[in-house]
Amino acid sequence: MDKVLEVNQLSKVYGKGCPACFELTGPEHNTNICPQCGSIIAAHNVSFDLYKGEILGIMGESGSGKSTAVKCLNFDQPPTSGHATFYGNEKQYDLFAMNAAQQRQLANKRFGMVYQNPHLGLNFEISAGGNIAERLLMSEVKNYADIRSCATNLLTRTEVLTERMDDLPKNFSGGMQQRVQIAKALATNPPLLFLDEVTTGLDLSVQAAILDLILEIQQEQGTAMIVVTHDLGVIRLLAGRTLVMKYGRVIESGLTDQILEDPQHAYTQRLVASAL
Amino acid sequence: MNIQNNETPILRVENYSKHFELHEQHKVIPSSDNVNLEVFSGQLTALIGPTGAGKSTVLKGIYRTYLPSSGRLLFRTKDNVEVDLAKADEHLILELRKNEIGFVTQFLHALPRQATEDVVAQPLVQRGMDKIQARDLAREMLADMNLPEALWSISPATFSGGEKQRVNLARGLVSKPRLLLLDEPTASLDPKTTEKIITLIETLKNDGVAMLAIFHHPELVKRMADNVVQLEAPNVSEQILREIA
Repeated sequence: MDKVLEVNQLSKVYGKGCPACFELTGPEHNTNICPQCGSIIAAHNVSFDLYKGEILGIMGESGSGKSTAVKCLNFDQPPTSGHATFYGNEKQYDLFAMNAAQQRQLANKRFGMVYQNPHLGLNFEISAGGNIAERLLMSEVKNYADIRSCATNLLTRTEVLTERMDDLPKNFSGGMQQRVQIAKALATNPPLLFLDEVTTGLDLSVQAAILDLILEIQQEQGTAMIVVTHDLGVIRLLAGRTLVMKYGRVIESGLTDQILEDPQHAYTQRLVASAL
Repeated sequence: MNIQNNETPILRVENYSKHFELHEQHKVIPSSDNVNLEVFSGQLTALIGPTGAGKSTVLKGIYRTYLPSSGRLLFRTKDNVEVDLAKADEHLILELRKNEIGFVTQFLHALPRQATEDVVAQPLVQRGMDKIQARDLAREMLADMNLPEALWSISPATFSGGEKQRVNLARGLVSKPRLLLLDEPTASLDPKTTEKIITLIETLKNDGVAMLAIFHHPELVKRMADNVVQLEAPNVSEQILREIA
């Protein structure tokens, strides 16, 4: 099996930080705010690996640090400490040692990110097709006809009517915006996809269609994915393995069915017992 | 005939115990206590015992849906390597689930809106089989299960209990795993379909599939089991309901 990503002790602190930060925060202290310096410990010592074609779930309540971890990996924000290695094209990339230009280039070509809020993933001032074109142009596909046909394929794939390719995303429904975002993320055929609460807030039939699409992509292209969600149903359907986070820490990890049926940590037991 | 092979169990469970530590309730609940058994290729081993004896807990421990509390669950892979399922790396467990170990429960977890034939074909597609070919095999299996053809293209969400059970069975049997765990596979089936399942299980045995099964009816155990393992319920009241510090 091929490893795609290895994350070691990733931490992210908002604030100046102090020596007591990590000791005085976390699940056992019921807070991620350092009582001495007021810094927020958004993520601390997050470690995991991810293989080709694998879907890893990260679950936890709001503020548990699950999105922070993924945003650091996608270079949306720098981590405070930690390492991450991406394996691709028989090359290893030490993610946080690269400069900004290298990071941007790698993320454009090899990563895809789908945000809960489509405003973060899409440029609302340009058309749906234009959004896809933008990503292709950045990864050096320059031919207009190629770009046009690639965009048409992707939008068909994600069930967005191609007649609406030249419309602005702001005139789309939430579910359609989400699908344009997925199409954009898939444009470069990335081996690694980050999905941050992609189905949250969508109506159930649209949710089902998007979950279906995600699994199809995984099966057909062997894309590795990290799925961040607080929805246990989404985790159960998509993820083979799951990390549970609370107050910035990974408190438990395991096979998804084991996490849901035989949770070991008190918090996970309560979470699972509270699910509808 | 390779007699040596027939005598080597594909699965050896040694002193398997499982208890649940419920942190909120400050309780430890015993479920399986010191279970020992062996399962052989081409044979069906039946787990019997009263309600609460931990029959499903044994199956779930082997599949690693439950984390075993103690003991060894030694599985011999197709490459003839012995793996302790209690401790094996999660990626290896996922690989074994994909290629070697199947589990048919009483509950069907399927993607919403997915056509029944695709639900059944999924384990084959995951193994890398072409979609069309996988769907053909799925249809054969659904026909074997007496599920009306009109239902194949729609989602099982609205199916009756017995229909869902057949979809679940079809999905579990279609990929012919080397070890198949069956948790009351015929619980909600009519006698005619049950007979079909019995025939299918016989076919699987002939194909060398090892099975560990729980059956609702003693009659089925009598007809299908090559070995029987009797489990006793752990003594909940006296033995282990202790507070966790």
